[in-house]
Amino acid sequence: MAMQFYASPEQIMRDRSEFARKNIARGRNVVVLSYADGVLFVAETISKALHKVSEIYDRIGFAAVGRYNEFENLRAAGVRMADLRGYSYDRRDVTGRAIATAFAQTLGSLFTDSSKPYEVEICIAEVGKTAAADELYRVTYDGQTQDEPGYVAMGGQADAISTVMKQRHDPEMTLTDAMSLAVEALGSVGGEGGKPRTLEANQLEVAVLDRGRVGRKFRRITGNALTPLLALTKTTDTDGGPEPEAPAKPPAKETKPAKAAKPSAGDTAASSMTSRADAAAASGVAEEDLDADDVLDAAEAPAGGAEAPADETDETTAPDRDSDQGE
Amino acid sequence: MSSERLELPGHLPAAYRVAGVSSFTEFLQGAAPHLLPGNRPVTSYGGELAPHGTTIVAIACSDGVVMAGDRRATMGNLIASRDIEKVHPADAYSCIGIAGTAGVGLELMRLFQVELEHYEKIEGTVLSLDGKANRLATMIRNNLGAAMQGLAVIPLFAGFDLDATDPARVGRLFSFDVAGGVYEEQEYCSIGSGSLFAKSSLKKIYRPGVASAEAGRMAVEALYDAADDDTATGGPDLLRKIFPVVMTATANGTHRLSDEETRALAEQVVAARAAHPGV
Repeated sequence: MAMQFYASPEQIMRDRSEFARKNIARGRNVVVLSYADGVLFVAETISKALHKVSEIYDRIGFAAVGRYNEFENLRAAGVRMADLRGYSYDRRDVTGRAIATAFAQTLGSLFTDSSKPYEVEICIAEVGKTAAADELYRVTYDGQTQDEPGYVAMGGQADAISTVMKQRHDPEMTLTDAMSLAVEALGSVGGEGGKPRTLEANQLEVAVLDRGRVGRKFRRITGNALTPLLALTKTTDTDGGPEPEAPAKPPAKETKPAKAAKPSAGDTAASSMTSRADAAAASGVAEEDLDADDVLDAAEAPAGGAEAPADETDETTAPDRDSDQGE
Repeated sequence: MSSERLELPGHLPAAYRVAGVSSFTEFLQGAAPHLLPGNRPVTSYGGELAPHGTTIVAIACSDGVVMAGDRRATMGNLIASRDIEKVHPADAYSCIGIAGTAGVGLELMRLFQVELEHYEKIEGTVLSLDGKANRLATMIRNNLGAAMQGLAVIPLFAGFDLDATDPARVGRLFSFDVAGGVYEEQEYCSIGSGSLFAKSSLKKIYRPGVASAEAGRMAVEALYDAADDDTATGGPDLLRKIFPVVMTATANGTHRLSDEETRALAEQVVAARAAHPGV
């Protein structure tokens, strides 16, 4: 008879945790944070096709780190669950909590039952009417679920990134400030000799759940919309003085003058927009001080009505298509 | 092992985690087949019990398409609804209109909307316009059993083609038959009980290359003609302020004309007819 080795449950769970944690830590990081007008997702990635950030439903977004095939499997399950609920009840009846719970149950039973746990960590974000009503859930490989209001950082260096986020995150910050913080937090780790890195548009996957939109609130920020937004965050950084050592939570308003003083950045951004956006810009947006939100609104305005529920993904819109794929 | 897992409360069942399925309908077949419109047994003829929606017109124009529908639903000789809406956006760049059994039609339309959105979310890209039309044809085909029992639904599908190479052919129309046949139509098309009159009307007033703004008026006029001769089609109701639903699908996406805009169109048409209403 074969010899049965005894391993205590503690030992088994510890081994599995270590296995999952070690593999998750190899990947790049993702941050999700609330800002005044919605929830911002920023992922560090080199792929344009394999998304780490996706839409689940009207108000619900998904971000993940770890093994692509595993979180993609869960993401599709989440979309199916959301669509089935919305179809059989009503669109308002689909909640982030239900999806986070289903993921947690699934990951929890995979962790204990299967021979290998999923090597993933997932954030489900549901945008609310105000930043205080936003719900951010973090679901880990073993099915643990945490409700983390404000921001979530995931990936190998999540702790270091969280430290930066904790110091400076303010739920009432503007999109530019939120983007600036997210990029800086992601860049604060992984540099040579502990130096911060500067992340470029082609290293980032960015999306928002836009509080102000009707219907489907998820919208990717790519190509022509991302480059000017990143440029704005850099302007804000240089004009805003020393950031990392600054006192915690500088008021978001402080950066406003810096942006107002740079209308040219906004103008360039607007002129690089598509013809649709130009039309919108011509209808008034161009006259004002453009900040990042205006740039985005200009890009989206013509299709932002209630009758264009599926227009959030920039890459699906006609004029943006080529430019995005060319990126 | 997987069957054991299925019994765990709250665990996502196997159908949710199948790889490679990007169709919501296919997913429903596994997860909740009772929710599919074609899956319900109809024991006897039910055609007279359910309200029927009537006339829909669609026009291809230089910048996309225009689709319009009257607001009436009938049940035999009765008016079941004066303000039903039978034209809806299918997704950001296409619209769908429904004629036939109203309940089944609206359910099918909702399923089609979810189908397109579901594909978009799972695949990260939108279906081609032809793909959408074929998908809709499959749904109609699945409803054939119910159609034979009197619960037939015929949709009209029109959209702005993001992949069009010829800029003059960005607006495309598709009609369907009850057996699931899909036919691409040129210039204009109409379905429903008043379609004969609407098409005759459009035959006289349609001009190739018309812009969507003007095509909206043509559509309202065609519906006016349909309502004039078909009792099941409702004309513009100036007293109750109920006007046809007019939608456009252009490069800017789908757009539903406001009540004010459709009222203006309807009043123009009525005013133009006041001088010589015909007999």
